[in-house]
Amino acid sequence: MALDITSSPAGDGGTLATGGVPAARRTRNDWLRPNVLWGLVGAVIGYAIGHWAGNAIAHNWQQVQGSDQNNVSLVLGYLVGSVGFLAGLGIVNYPLAKLVGRQPPAPEEAQPGLGKFFRYTLDHKVVGAQYLVAMILYFMVGGLFALLFRTELLSPTSHVITPDAYIELVGMHGTMMMMMMTSAIIGPFGNYLVPLMIGSKRVAFPRLEALSLWLTPAAFVVLLSGLLIGGFPTGWTGYAPLAVQATQGMDSYLVSFGLMALSLLFGAVNMAATIISHRAPGMTFGRLPIFVWAMLSTASIMVLAVPVLFAGLYLMLMDRTWQTAFFTWQHGGSPYLWENLFWFFGHPEVYLLALPSFGILAELLPVFARKPAFGYRTVVAGLIGVGVLSFFVWQHHLFMSGMNPDMRPVVMLTTELISVPTGIVYLGAIGTLWRAKIRITVPMLFCLGLLFNFLLGGITGVFISDVPADTTLHGSFFVLAHFHYTIMGGYMFGFFAGVYYWFPRFTGLQLSEKIGTWHFWTMIVFFNSTFLPLFAVGLLGQPRRVFEYQHRLQGLNDWATISAYLLGVSLLIFLWNIVWTTAIKNRPSSMNPWHSLGLEWTIPYPTPLENFDRVPVVLSSPYDYGVPDRPPVAVVPEPVGVGCGPALSDPVREEDQHG
Amino acid sequence: MSKPGRLLAIIIPFLIAATLFIWGGLKLSRYPAAIAATTSSTSNGAEASLTMQTVPALGSGPHPDWVSYLIQRPDGQWVHTTMLQVPAHALVHVTILQYDTGSDLRNPLMNQPQGTVGGTITVNGQTVDALTPKNDAPGIGHTFTIPALGVSVPLEGVPDTAKNPCSAAPCTTNYSHNTIQFEFRTGAAGLYHWQCFVPCGTAFLYGNGGPMQTLGFMGGFLKVVA
Amino acid sequence: MSGSTPPSPTHATAAQPRHALRIFLVWLVLSAIATPLVYLVLGPHLPPGGMSDSAASQQFDMKVLTAIATPVVLFIWTYFGYALIFFRSQRGVIEDGPPIRGNRVFQAGWLGITTALVLFLFGFGTYELIHPAGAGAGEGPNPIWSPVSSSSTKPLEVQVIAQQWQFTYRYLNAGGFETTQLYLPVDRPVVFHVTSLDVIHGFWAYQLGVKADANPGVDNVAFTTPTQLGRFEVRCSELCGIWHGAMYNNGYVVSAGAFSQWLTKEQQRHAPDLPLLPPAAPYYNPGAGGGFYGSGQEPNATATPSPFPSSVTSPAGS
Repeated sequence: MALDITSSPAGDGGTLATGGVPAARRTRNDWLRPNVLWGLVGAVIGYAIGHWAGNAIAHNWQQVQGSDQNNVSLVLGYLVGSVGFLAGLGIVNYPLAKLVGRQPPAPEEAQPGLGKFFRYTLDHKVVGAQYLVAMILYFMVGGLFALLFRTELLSPTSHVITPDAYIELVGMHGTMMMMMMTSAIIGPFGNYLVPLMIGSKRVAFPRLEALSLWLTPAAFVVLLSGLLIGGFPTGWTGYAPLAVQATQGMDSYLVSFGLMALSLLFGAVNMAATIISHRAPGMTFGRLPIFVWAMLSTASIMVLAVPVLFAGLYLMLMDRTWQTAFFTWQHGGSPYLWENLFWFFGHPEVYLLALPSFGILAELLPVFARKPAFGYRTVVAGLIGVGVLSFFVWQHHLFMSGMNPDMRPVVMLTTELISVPTGIVYLGAIGTLWRAKIRITVPMLFCLGLLFNFLLGGITGVFISDVPADTTLHGSFFVLAHFHYTIMGGYMFGFFAGVYYWFPRFTGLQLSEKIGTWHFWTMIVFFNSTFLPLFAVGLLGQPRRVFEYQHRLQGLNDWATISAYLLGVSLLIFLWNIVWTTAIKNRPSSMNPWHSLGLEWTIPYPTPLENFDRVPVVLSSPYDYGVPDRPPVAVVPEPVGVGCGPALSDPVREEDQHG
Repeated sequence: MSKPGRLLAIIIPFLIAATLFIWGGLKLSRYPAAIAATTSSTSNGAEASLTMQTVPALGSGPHPDWVSYLIQRPDGQWVHTTMLQVPAHALVHVTILQYDTGSDLRNPLMNQPQGTVGGTITVNGQTVDALTPKNDAPGIGHTFTIPALGVSVPLEGVPDTAKNPCSAAPCTTNYSHNTIQFEFRTGAAGLYHWQCFVPCGTAFLYGNGGPMQTLGFMGGFLKVVA
Repeated sequence: MSGSTPPSPTHATAAQPRHALRIFLVWLVLSAIATPLVYLVLGPHLPPGGMSDSAASQQFDMKVLTAIATPVVLFIWTYFGYALIFFRSQRGVIEDGPPIRGNRVFQAGWLGITTALVLFLFGFGTYELIHPAGAGAGEGPNPIWSPVSSSSTKPLEVQVIAQQWQFTYRYLNAGGFETTQLYLPVDRPVVFHVTSLDVIHGFWAYQLGVKADANPGVDNVAFTTPTQLGRFEVRCSELCGIWHGAMYNNGYVVSAGAFSQWLTKEQQRHAPDLPLLPPAAPYYNPGAGGGFYGSGQEPNATATPSPFPSSVTSPAGS
């Protein structure tokens, strides 16, 4: 990413008052300053310490000796190793210095070159770019797992991978996609763009934001390391007695999900605080871009839902290490407890994956329809409504569990009600495209793909919310196809729309429209070709996560597997597009290639360290396409003219509020 | 950065990632080979014979304390695997040497031999049709169960007080053991899962973790070939 | 700051074609053709078929849902298809559309229609859930929607015991013997008591339209009445470990006569192991030797279940 930065002059952050000081610092060898390599060293040392401590504590426990499994040493190794990783990155320097009353290390200056992408940095734009690369990596790895276990499903009864490896891969794929990819939009696009869209020079809590990023590689490595010790047999849902029973691979799931929960929490707190308190003058809530509204709604759900997950993971960790019994019924616990804690997070989680893509959709449609966003207030109300309702539907995952059967009509009602605010997204899209001047570009294609896929995903959701129909559909491939239509077909299509749309903002380069068109058409064709047959597979009686299935379903399964391979090829086209654009062609794009009115496009590339020389005053909505004599979206005031809150703030000299 | 430099910066990580993935994929897809039973054909059709043993602790490898099945190759070598191969529509003679001690079943139904020829099994030369637990009975050590074929055989455990218990695989017949023999008929070709139903993954919740959930220890496939 | 603002819009003053009417007509024609086709042609093939009363009610439910979904999907497709054809800008020209920010009637109408649809679906789903006694789904230990009992046909009480990794069945009002086979008589109500000996499993009798999670320590009850003879598949529908995919068997719906023959035979075959089984109870707590973390630790006394009441275990016809 951003490979052309090397060619820009070193002083691209020249407005900084600290410009003179770093000259001395910069002479220090870059390799010796905290960076990701030191993080790895810290991780190894930390793991060794934690592992040793765990062995010292638990090596002679009856359970450890009988099972050859020391969960305590593994968990402590993971935890101390993660702390070591963060320490090696230099994340604890600032809080430690504050703690002992020393002068904290000087804030960073603008740095040329690629080095900053391998370090802990407080620049939200660098964090956004790091997030983008990380998310693409996690997505590709998760997808490769899917290709491996789809290969196993080529035949109903003969096998290429063993049943335990199959379950491991299914769990890895699910966890990678549902857990690591939760921040696929709020991470790269939220962190990078929200300050630009609301006219802020910085985010509210840059250290929390950077920490939220650097927790994800730790979670990624911990999760993958599970494969080396036998994986976990529970899928991404980690249902309780099975997870308590499982071997050590389960600990990697718990620790990694826990790290990721912290990451989501920190990122969400920063996002909500930034949006609420760092808006430029004139950027009223009524003028906030819909994407920012979506980020606010997403962040609010995260702040409320993720702690419940964290509590559940903590209890499970206690069950597996100190041998408590929260989830085993013989000793007063209950497997239902895990199901409730998990899905109380798990269903809002699904909307954490839907709302950001709705935001991108509503943000991009006006640009390519060249019309104002239709029903702005209604759409915003819809986004908030989805967020509120998402906390009242989780028990529809337990329709067949035998718990609270008399509550099922109520949960059926709340679940079906959520299709009303979701439908508002379609209302907005329909209105925006009405008598519009549609331009078909690659981001627009992905938006239309999202609308197509999410329609099928949403409609099939109504089937599953209906208890009698769900009696057949629950736990079958129908459910699997349904949520792939909403997440892969909705969320990831929104993600790719965002990548194509904002790539010039991130890198100053515009992705090839031609290769992008190929990417879109192969992706939507093979996506549908992969998952449409899986609806039928589920309707015809194949449960999820099985390595053997009925012979009569082989044709459909084979079709889906081969389509999945081709879907993988489509994603290779996307990677090729990035390589082609950045490494081979590398031609700078224009400043505002999509002719958007958005505030984020008013800034030249490369984006200055502080985004805006002076905080702009926002005069109108970013969607005023076609409005006669519209004022400019924002103006930069004369230095003396406007002086209110954010204009005076300065990330360099200001005390950080969270320290 | 120059164009070759940029290209290298992309190609090298990509190659590393591809290598890692291919290595991981190959490692995961390495499917254990099945041990073929000794076959013969008689006037009654195809026959095959299998010899297995159960050990209380493997004694080596990453999980030295786990219980396990071992299978004897036709050349007499004991192999740590649970992949069996027998001919279709054949009479299979099975001999299992049980070196492990016994415990309670989670489901007492598995006390009864099922699906064997005549509904009986031979324990140390004595033909029985159900293992009725006596007060001093050592309990069931393991079962050999193929649910899809309806075959299930309980393996009576060695008493806890046995003089010469075996502690590491492979065990020889010098150690205390029970010899269980039975016959069953295979049907059409296919891959059938078999497993033990005694909660022998001790120190795991409900005794069903660890060796019970890892291929090669207490469960595997019976490959019936035409 | 607005350097890239495109030239101000030029509104087409020429009379617009009546887009709304055209879209409505296309949609109406498509829906009028497709909806009956979906209901009448596709509907009878929808799963899970009609092997039991609960399966039939689920099929009816899915038929109705599919028929309602058809016009909705067609409307979205028609609209976006139309918009992509007629609402395009000229190639290479950046021109603005009319600045329409909203339309009260359309927005209120949309909200009203979607809300009405949702409320109808809720009412319909609830009726369909209560009407055939829980629609074959697991209803927990105290089902509030049970079939109207008639004195002539006492339901067959079958306990489904899931364990890692097989299902076994106890015929509660035939002495409580346990077997690995599942036979049901046709046209007689069946009560499934689903429980588990270890982790969570799911009892899914696909063609019967029955699905109930098997939870340890819980008696999850589901009702159905098989109405057709034949074979049905039983699969595990909750991930339960390495052999989850292999946890299946076949069940059979047979005539009343064949069923009583089979019952007698199985009762005799399993007579020897009946004394070994614990008394039939809503759930079981297999103790030591598979108990909690190593052997020797006795389970909590409060977790010991009490047996089924005689109303469940009394033989048929009494």
